[in-house]
Amino acid sequence: MYKEIILDHYKNPRNKGVFPDAEVSAEDYNPVCGDRIRIDIIIADDKVSDVKFDGEGCAISQASASILTEMLIDKSIDEILKLDKDDILEALGTPVLGPARIKCALLSLKVMKLGTYSYIGKAVQPDSAD
Amino acid sequence: MTSETFLDIKDDFPILSRLINGKEFIYLDSAATTQKPDSVINSITNYYKNYNSNIHRGIYSISIEATEHYENARTNISHFIHAKSPNEIIFTRNATEAINLVANTWATKNLQKGDSIILTEMEHHSNLVPWQIIAKKLGLNLEFIPVNNEGILILDNLDELFSKNGKFLAITHVSNVLGTINPIKEIVDKAHDFGLVTLVDAAQSVPHMPVDVSSLNSDFFVFSGHKMLGPSGIGVLHAKQELLQNMDPFLYGGDMISSVSLRDAQWNDIPWKFEAGTPNIVGAIGLGKAIDYLNHLDMDNVRKHEQNLLSYALKKLNELGDIHVFGPKNPEITGGVLSFSYSDFHPHDIASILDTESIAIRAGHHCAQPLVEKLGVPATTRVSFYVYNDKSDIDKFVHGLEKVRSVLS
Repeated sequence: MYKEIILDHYKNPRNKGVFPDAEVSAEDYNPVCGDRIRIDIIIADDKVSDVKFDGEGCAISQASASILTEMLIDKSIDEILKLDKDDILEALGTPVLGPARIKCALLSLKVMKLGTYSYIGKAVQPDSAD
Repeated sequence: MTSETFLDIKDDFPILSRLINGKEFIYLDSAATTQKPDSVINSITNYYKNYNSNIHRGIYSISIEATEHYENARTNISHFIHAKSPNEIIFTRNATEAINLVANTWATKNLQKGDSIILTEMEHHSNLVPWQIIAKKLGLNLEFIPVNNEGILILDNLDELFSKNGKFLAITHVSNVLGTINPIKEIVDKAHDFGLVTLVDAAQSVPHMPVDVSSLNSDFFVFSGHKMLGPSGIGVLHAKQELLQNMDPFLYGGDMISSVSLRDAQWNDIPWKFEAGTPNIVGAIGLGKAIDYLNHLDMDNVRKHEQNLLSYALKKLNELGDIHVFGPKNPEITGGVLSFSYSDFHPHDIASILDTESIAIRAGHHCAQPLVEKLGVPATTRVSFYVYNDKSDIDKFVHGLEKVRSVLS
């Protein structure tokens, strides 16, 4: 589970920080494990021009947030809303995560979709992180 | 048993000889559920192979045999906790169901708007949520005995808590998160002085130490079979007979009646009045066997063994360093439970990395979210011991923690 890419992003998180005035900004919290993730996305011409994440929690949740930020850059809003569970797991290099840990891996995806749907004025789809 | 000796019984537990990912399985999550010895497993297959039948009504031989085994288990349990009579032992699904039984029968009939239920800040959700619901339904207040930084109950204001409309006390004997053994007799006695009716959640005490309900004098007392080497799906409510006699049934149906007409029914005697429908027959029989096994070990030895393991684990963790233990850190007042944080590593990462070493521990809020919040952390890492653990398990666990550090830093 603790693949090189996960440990690398956990120990050296990319795009860590906040953009206080970003177009897209959302935060969520998993009370069961205490993982917290905030994602801020600067949108220009309907594309992601820059992104930062902040938060605390387990290695899986923090590494997946860091990896997600790299996946978002330069993508259109439509494209980032199409990202799904399999994309994240593939990027993490662990296609199989047990039911207890998959929520950690997908928290950042959920937060990104929460913020982006809210930005385009639509309610988040209940199963959008699946 | 001297302070240096330990039980040596791993071979009685077939699961502990299993290799997982090629490594010996180390089980350190017995506060969640316990592993089962051969004798308990065999009693289950023996029932299904040789005398599977319904109880209390068959005229034929194996039904009589099943009834005898089921009722003998009840007697066995009543002796184990020193109850005054097997009639005080009600079989339930688990401690949670036993608490719900009391909440839905005794409490709804005897508590009224404005009354207070006294709980503690260290309750498992099972001894918190049912009272929240009953309190909302009936307009009751919930008051809490606070916990200090070391995980010990602060008892200074008991008089005030009990005297201010206090009608009912529901309290855990041993904390499932911190292992703290509460001075339960002292608290129950004081509650009785103020006229409160008491319920003791003994899910983490009955499996681990000698317990005497008659001398404790609690009104209700609950525990789960699966936490004491028995099967899951069987638990116990112990209650004083006069209380049980005056309580309405919890569930209605077969076996809990004495006679039924089209429009009315009379209730069976206690304890059967509270056991509607075909019960978990094999669960009760398996729990009876688990108690035989524990009696054979002797509960004084069980307690001593866990104290020795806890002392050893505290010493080893102290040597490892960068460990913060939540809880009393004193084996005299602590059961075989140890919650801790390790550096700034997240408990889920610790648990996942130990899992790769085939070591099973628990990470999270342990079904006691308010307590873990009070400790100021989102989650803790917990190891808990039982009769089959030994020093080598702790050595491997501490070695696993060294691996956690090397992976994550």
